[in-house]
Amino acid sequence: MALVFRIIYSFLLLISTTVIGVSQSDNMVYIKGGAYVPLYGNDSSRVVVNDFLLDIYPVTRAEYLNFVKNNPEWTKSAVKRIFADGNYLISWKDDYTLNQKISGSAPITNVSWFAAKNYCKAQGKRLPTIDEWEFAAMADETRIDARPDSLYNQYILSWYETPKAFNKEIGSTFKNIWGVYDLHGLVWEWTQDFNSVLLSGESRKDVDADRNLFCGSGSIGATDLMNYAAFMRYAFRGSIKANYSVKNLGFRCANKAQK
Amino acid sequence: MKYIINVVVLFILFTSCSGDMGNKNQESTTSSEVEDVETNVISDLSIYNLPSKWTTQNNQEIELNSLQGDVLVMVMIYTSCKAACPRLVADMRNIDVQIPEKNKKNVKFILVSIDPKTDTPERLKAFSIENKMEEDQWLFLRGDEESTREFAAVLAVNYKRISPLDFTHSNIISVFNQKGELEHQQEGLGVDNKETVETILALTSK
Repeated sequence: MALVFRIIYSFLLLISTTVIGVSQSDNMVYIKGGAYVPLYGNDSSRVVVNDFLLDIYPVTRAEYLNFVKNNPEWTKSAVKRIFADGNYLISWKDDYTLNQKISGSAPITNVSWFAAKNYCKAQGKRLPTIDEWEFAAMADETRIDARPDSLYNQYILSWYETPKAFNKEIGSTFKNIWGVYDLHGLVWEWTQDFNSVLLSGESRKDVDADRNLFCGSGSIGATDLMNYAAFMRYAFRGSIKANYSVKNLGFRCANKAQK
Repeated sequence: MKYIINVVVLFILFTSCSGDMGNKNQESTTSSEVEDVETNVISDLSIYNLPSKWTTQNNQEIELNSLQGDVLVMVMIYTSCKAACPRLVADMRNIDVQIPEKNKKNVKFILVSIDPKTDTPERLKAFSIENKMEEDQWLFLRGDEESTREFAAVLAVNYKRISPLDFTHSNIISVFNQKGELEHQQEGLGVDNKETVETILALTSK
């Protein structure tokens, strides 16, 4: 009998986490902007980030399923190839069935930039810019900018080496000083202007802007040699296209700060 | 995972450091698997799936899909650009002169602004006059920030504002067929445009 109760209890628990997952769609925190030096710059290239709102968690699989139900043009059978490649929602059983082996509270992955962008739009939100994302993601539990701390970078890098971290549930990594979870540790995330990272084919004059980051002596100019983790993120962004659906790439939404 | 990342990084190091960036030709093979009988059916890979609205150098509002039926040669530029854009524009003109008049009826050469704030229709018009691109085949388009970013994403053009008047951007000329499917891309400045021209000729000789 006790076993039956336990089963029912765990079933209810499962349902409730799914429901919470859905109701979190408006769950955002206020990020107080400021000036910061991005990976590619030096002191003269401080970037000002305005105040903005950011989702506390990455968008989950259950939340995304809900979006697809309301927007059938984003089901895996209906989606246009120009907007999402063949890996879009590849693990789903069919248009409206998640792969049951992975929790509905795990972050959604295998979604393209177009899909992520439209998801956020449907919530009245948008994707964060690279600068907003990086600004929020340089914080740890106690500091707005934890990048000088080698342990912090070590933490991020050790995640990059952890297999299948994208199957973990949201909230399973640390909460940073802004109240945001999982910026590091589960999935990589789409940004609105991911295609502003230039690695090849640049105009001649401006070719130095990003290429020096990745090339020999030029890369010594990068502000933060310790920040190999950020280097990886920029390199990754520069290597993907908008219809790519990658198994460790998810997203969260942002919005204008309300006054 | 570590392995994959290493490969990605190595790939990037390799491609981004491989000397002269101007000699890269990239060909895409995205021809549709099924030939649609009806011309108004657009495939999954067509840019006419994009809902965006644009303004021309003549201050006309157009929908992208009003261009359906023409072969499109597209490039993204901004008019205040002093370095690469004049060369990209020259590359476009260079392709234009190699297309015979009878083929040109169904070809549009399109320059899309990546700086919609600065590039007003008036400014685009002035630019077209300055650069002797006033004939019918030349079309300048300006959208909003969002549709421009989205359009660039489709063309795999990356760009970033680096100062109030300057951008760094990819130099890619793309050819789309009559249904809006990408047929060919040439990447770099002053590259051999033979394949681009051949693609346009093949598409307009059918």
